[in-house]
Amino acid sequence: MTLTEFIFGRLDWNAIPYDPIVQLTFVAVALGGIALVGALTYFKLWGYLWNEWFTSVDHKKIGIMYMILGLVMLLRGFADAIMMRVQQAIAFNGSEGYLNAHHYDQIFTAHGVIMIFFVAMPWVTGLMNYVVPLQIGARDVSFPFLNNFSFWMTAGGAIITMISLFIGEYGQTGWLAFPPLSGIGASPYVGVDYYIWGLQVAGVGTTLSGINLLVTIIKMRAPGMTMMKMPIFTWTSLCTNVLIVASFPVLTVVLVLLSLDRYVGTNFFTNDLGGNPMMYVNLIWIWGHPEVYILILPLFGVFSEVVSTFTGKRLFGYTSMVYATVVITVLSYLVWLHHFFTMGSGASVNSFFGITTMIISIPTGAKIFNWLFTMYKGRIRFELPMMWTVAFMLTFTVGGMTGVLLAVPPADFVLHNSLFLIAHFHNVIIGGVVFGLFAAINFWWPKAFGFKLDPFWGKVSFWGWVVGFWVAFTPLYVLGLMGVTRRLRTFDDPSLQIWFQIAAVGAGIIAIGIGAFLIQIAVSIWKRDQLRDFTGDPWGGRTLEWATSSPPPDYNFAFTPVAHDVDAWHDMKARNYQRPTAGFAEIHMPRGTGAGVILSALAVICGFALVWYIWWLAALSFIGIVGYAIYHTFDNDRDYYIPVDEVIETERKREAQLASLKA
Amino acid sequence: MSTITLPKDRATFHLPEEPHHPEGHSTMLGFWIYLMSDCLMFAVLFAVFAVLGNNFAAGPGPKDLFELELIALNTAMLLFSSITYGFAMLAMVKNNSRQVLIWLGVTGLFGLAFLGIELYEFHHLIHIGATPQRSAFLSAFFTLVGTHGLHVTFGIIWLVTLMVQVHKRGLTAANQRRLGCLSLFWHFLDVIWIGVFTFVYLMGMI
Repeated sequence: MTLTEFIFGRLDWNAIPYDPIVQLTFVAVALGGIALVGALTYFKLWGYLWNEWFTSVDHKKIGIMYMILGLVMLLRGFADAIMMRVQQAIAFNGSEGYLNAHHYDQIFTAHGVIMIFFVAMPWVTGLMNYVVPLQIGARDVSFPFLNNFSFWMTAGGAIITMISLFIGEYGQTGWLAFPPLSGIGASPYVGVDYYIWGLQVAGVGTTLSGINLLVTIIKMRAPGMTMMKMPIFTWTSLCTNVLIVASFPVLTVVLVLLSLDRYVGTNFFTNDLGGNPMMYVNLIWIWGHPEVYILILPLFGVFSEVVSTFTGKRLFGYTSMVYATVVITVLSYLVWLHHFFTMGSGASVNSFFGITTMIISIPTGAKIFNWLFTMYKGRIRFELPMMWTVAFMLTFTVGGMTGVLLAVPPADFVLHNSLFLIAHFHNVIIGGVVFGLFAAINFWWPKAFGFKLDPFWGKVSFWGWVVGFWVAFTPLYVLGLMGVTRRLRTFDDPSLQIWFQIAAVGAGIIAIGIGAFLIQIAVSIWKRDQLRDFTGDPWGGRTLEWATSSPPPDYNFAFTPVAHDVDAWHDMKARNYQRPTAGFAEIHMPRGTGAGVILSALAVICGFALVWYIWWLAALSFIGIVGYAIYHTFDNDRDYYIPVDEVIETERKREAQLASLKA
Repeated sequence: MSTITLPKDRATFHLPEEPHHPEGHSTMLGFWIYLMSDCLMFAVLFAVFAVLGNNFAAGPGPKDLFELELIALNTAMLLFSSITYGFAMLAMVKNNSRQVLIWLGVTGLFGLAFLGIELYEFHHLIHIGATPQRSAFLSAFFTLVGTHGLHVTFGIIWLVTLMVQVHKRGLTAANQRRLGCLSLFWHFLDVIWIGVFTFVYLMGMI
């Protein structure tokens, strides 16, 4: 080993991609980054960002940071999507398209990984982080520092994944990296290693945040809020976090075993010496199937809150909604094999998993009916969150039906790995998770910032997404039924081209939806004084988060609320609740800390070093993580009191705001 | 949830007194849930061992490799360490920090003895060619037993950290809570080891 090899591992100048598309992207990102850093420095915002945001343990700020992370990564993941659609639309009649195989394979891998782990997960986690403590009437989560640390680990995973775009390569294996393709023999370079360490670092954050929110919901609920008086969103969050804690450790282990195969030369998933690649597929789907319910359950909660708020009625079938959620939670562990019926496990096993899969549609169907019955004879207001909810019900139901179709093993043998499957899961993930997130963002934005989002651009975004989704994915259903498989780069049959061209147009329409969403945010900030809401309750809300000001004070509630009803805030309004104006006391709060940023930065360095075999740096940063974590336990300065004068001042301002409304 | 009694009055919507959430009141529950997620990791490793445990690839199997006397001695070390940790906790209840430190020290020594014997076994196996790369059985064996050993290693690092904490600050509420968490962790590793001893070593010899 030469000295250069010792210092840099396998990192050398060949790691810089020669692909002009990547180089142009790099130049654009570098210029954008320099402009951003320059602007932050020029406006002297670093101190503000560090003190008020990066080191904050406030669940509201952490929630917003998760949402920003998800939005940034959405742009990256969508750029991948539109590149794939363009490639497939033009790679006919002997044309190779514009992407070489090495680049194209990285794109479909990165698209899947980024959209699931770094868009959907941060958005769902951010939403739960922001809303759950407010809904249960708490000041913060149970472990505020852990919350900050979890966020930074998730961001660290995203950073490792993004580095792969410019230094080295990403995996060319598909988003679940099945061996033996992801083994060291077939994927000897750094792509799969970036995949592994990006997910491992982010996975630490996800698991810890799951534990944190779970404990928060069990331990921190307001007096009077029994389990069956929890808002539905809190219930679905509870079930989601149970799923996170009970599934992410499986992902952690299976990725450790894959890394042992790659780094140490063990034989877990090899084809030699007794290894078993199908065990990887089984294990990763034992995580993977609960994962899709981790994503969708909180959004089911969002739709429930939105439907009852915008129809002005109590949610129909609260109890059945809770039981349906719990049944889905349990069943989600009993269906993993439907992802690979073609493995050949025999008729009995396939039947079992086919039937359990179909059974899941029962509680899900019960939820759809509950929403419909809530709307029945309601005074429906078609504000943006409600529009997204109706679009969800129509779209998701179709996606659910194609899912039941795929659950029939003989049908699956024909459709396995075809574009029909791609259309199905985009139908439920976009139609369910993404539409739900837009409903949630439009619904809770005024709570977080004190002004509503602009409805015009919101509607442009809505129609762009909904129309774009159907134009983009209906052709894939058709192509899938014709037998076209996924992940193809070029095509021989010219009669297929028109469908791919239509799909590319659909992706373009979705791009309008995304662009309009960004414009919606910009316009709303611009016109914030016209969109301002002083009530704290702009929609006629029903749960406790609407009882406090928008944005809520650091301490959320000056007095801990008492809940008498599922719709606690609606109940308070109905009984002529009077805001307390006296008797305030100082409030005990957790103190911010930079430890989360530091630990996560060390984890990113450690992951990068492991990807490139820079052993000394990996060892050093790992020792750094352990050492700093121990050092942090000696820090006893973790809390402070908000002085009573400050509480009185804050509450007096709020009183004045409300009085100005009455006047 | 707080333990205060609820006002019967349906028109009371907030409490004049702050419901008391003592610091760290959720830590035990949180740590317990973390342990369950850790338990799931071991469950996967046990499952992997169950699937791959007979794939010797014409290499050595358990009967060629394991020396039960050594493993029994090893098991004894870990079980003793659990008892002595229990004594440390009893001393903590009596608020005797000197005794706590002594028993923690003894626990750490037993833990080190366990690790020493395990490393000796690993070294021996690798020396005779039964390396983790040799067969899927050995890959699964080294990973399952090694993961447990890694946990014990971190337990010892944690234990030393806590000894310093107790020495510096005494048995404060925070330190008592930490000792309680480590206690759960330490006994948990004992339970896992009993699974390893039974399913890997004993049943391997049948």
